[in-house]
Amino acid sequence: MASPDLATDICGIELTGPVLNGSGTFDALAARRVFGDAVVDEFPFDCYVSKTITMHPRPGNPPYRLWETPSGMINSIGLPGPGLDGFLERDLGRLAEIGVPLIVSVMADQVEDFTVLVERVAARPEVAGIELNVSCPNVHSGLIVGEQPAEAEALVRALRPLTEKPLIVKLTPNVANPDEVAAGAERGGADAVSMINTVKAAAIDPDANRTWLGVGAGGLSGPAVRPIALAQVRAVSAAVDIPVIGMGGITDAESALEFILAGARVVAVGTENFRNPRAGLEVTEGLPAALRRRGFDSLAEAQASTLS
Amino acid sequence: MAADPSSRPERTRAPFGRRLCEVAESRPSGGYRIFTLIDETGPEPAPGQFFMLAAAEGWAGDGGRPYLPRAISHARFTRAAGGPMRLDFLVHDVGPGTSRLASMEPGEKCWLAGPFGGRFSLPRQLNPQAHGAILVGGGIGIAPMAVLRRELVDRGIPSRSLLGFRDREHSGGIDELFGCEETRLAFEDGSSGHQGYVTDLLLQLLEGDDAKSAAVYTCGPPAMLEAVRRICLEREVPVELALESPMACGYGACFGCAVPKADGGYLRLCIDGPVVRGDEIASAMAGEPAVG
Repeated sequence: MASPDLATDICGIELTGPVLNGSGTFDALAARRVFGDAVVDEFPFDCYVSKTITMHPRPGNPPYRLWETPSGMINSIGLPGPGLDGFLERDLGRLAEIGVPLIVSVMADQVEDFTVLVERVAARPEVAGIELNVSCPNVHSGLIVGEQPAEAEALVRALRPLTEKPLIVKLTPNVANPDEVAAGAERGGADAVSMINTVKAAAIDPDANRTWLGVGAGGLSGPAVRPIALAQVRAVSAAVDIPVIGMGGITDAESALEFILAGARVVAVGTENFRNPRAGLEVTEGLPAALRRRGFDSLAEAQASTLS
Repeated sequence: MAADPSSRPERTRAPFGRRLCEVAESRPSGGYRIFTLIDETGPEPAPGQFFMLAAAEGWAGDGGRPYLPRAISHARFTRAAGGPMRLDFLVHDVGPGTSRLASMEPGEKCWLAGPFGGRFSLPRQLNPQAHGAILVGGGIGIAPMAVLRRELVDRGIPSRSLLGFRDREHSGGIDELFGCEETRLAFEDGSSGHQGYVTDLLLQLLEGDDAKSAAVYTCGPPAMLEAVRRICLEREVPVELALESPMACGYGACFGCAVPKADGGYLRLCIDGPVVRGDEIASAMAGEPAVG
């Protein structure tokens, strides 16, 4: 029997397969520096999502930034990065050498800055799509955009006219109603949602009566959050017509396929990249067998199926 | 091996991905444990570099921890003619990860990725007046010092090793890794060698003319590293430190291993370190891992 076809697309971006990386979980430029061109020759993902780019350079949060938890980890990295100019001048061209479609993640705390980020990033031919990280408070309203359906809708509506390239909204799981936030993003004109971002979490210093992380709390990721992510992907994909990029504790082809069955069109590998630099490749390599085992002849069949 | 002290040795590049290695040996050494992995395909690591390790079975076991691989510097590598490389690691059981690694039996398998990070400079690169090197190791931090010492021996560069431990329970690898005359010991409880801190021994060596021609290398607990760093900076003695930090990946992906730089901002220790110059960082105290 022929191997199931893995080719697919996400809001018009043609992909050789359904495996992306979660933003901020695989620094392709650092990986190339460490492992050499083998990373480009065997790039682990069918589409690369950059770490989140902000208007200005950011140093990131003070240590400690990591804590290992049962089957996962908490991070409070704080979006260190070169800022928009540094990213466009130094990083983007080198990311384009990888040869897979590029999605650039951007974040700002006001629509004015989001406008600049989206306009300047979208203007670059190397960029296939833009992911909006909306986990930051709006300085004007004080509300976290990703927690409010109306805020999410207003932001996407304001940015929508700036580009014809796909706009993807990264949803936070730290809400009671992710389906309503997704619906707001859809009404505003989003082309897809990606989910889940990390789950708000804290750890207590084992040697002192204080929180462990440098900024007190962080985001939980890894297999520990997978059941939460599956429930939210299922709820959101039932509520909106735009495609869902599903992620949250994917470690292998079986767990990736769980997300497809829950309603995701494509998936992203995040924390597992830290444990295994080739995790994305191993998900892809395992998918044909995982599909066949569940009776699917193609990825499209699994994407079209519904859970009973 | 080339003996030209002016040529800057390159870091060894890691193969892409992780590889499954067999545990060849595991034995107690003082309060620590030394285990040996057979690395069939990897390149020879350089002094100061490290690997990410995770037992193939029983990782993310009861209670879901350990989950992340652990960053550990090799303590020695050997390669018999035509044979595979043997990598020795020195571990102290201080948490779920090091406990599992210390319990691995011969024949078990262990995931290995690396070698990662940069290497120590040679003494003449650190200090053009250097006649040799002073190596200051504390606790399990003696492991990368042992690798550096071997390289210096191979290159014909003299070195003296100062090793400090809290007590017998918190020591190991001394005879296996430093079986030489140029090694002095300090135990805080006085059970062997000098009673007190290893930094006492360093101060003795740096008295007089030694400071002008010294190049110091160190690895150990953060308080010791910071003391060594300050002693050296105050005397304008070039010093390189191998630091630790909580680290999920080892190859620049997680941004977890931030160490404050002297001029603001942060290093990513896995790719910008783990070896740093004493004047590059704001403090050696910031990155102490409590992950185990």
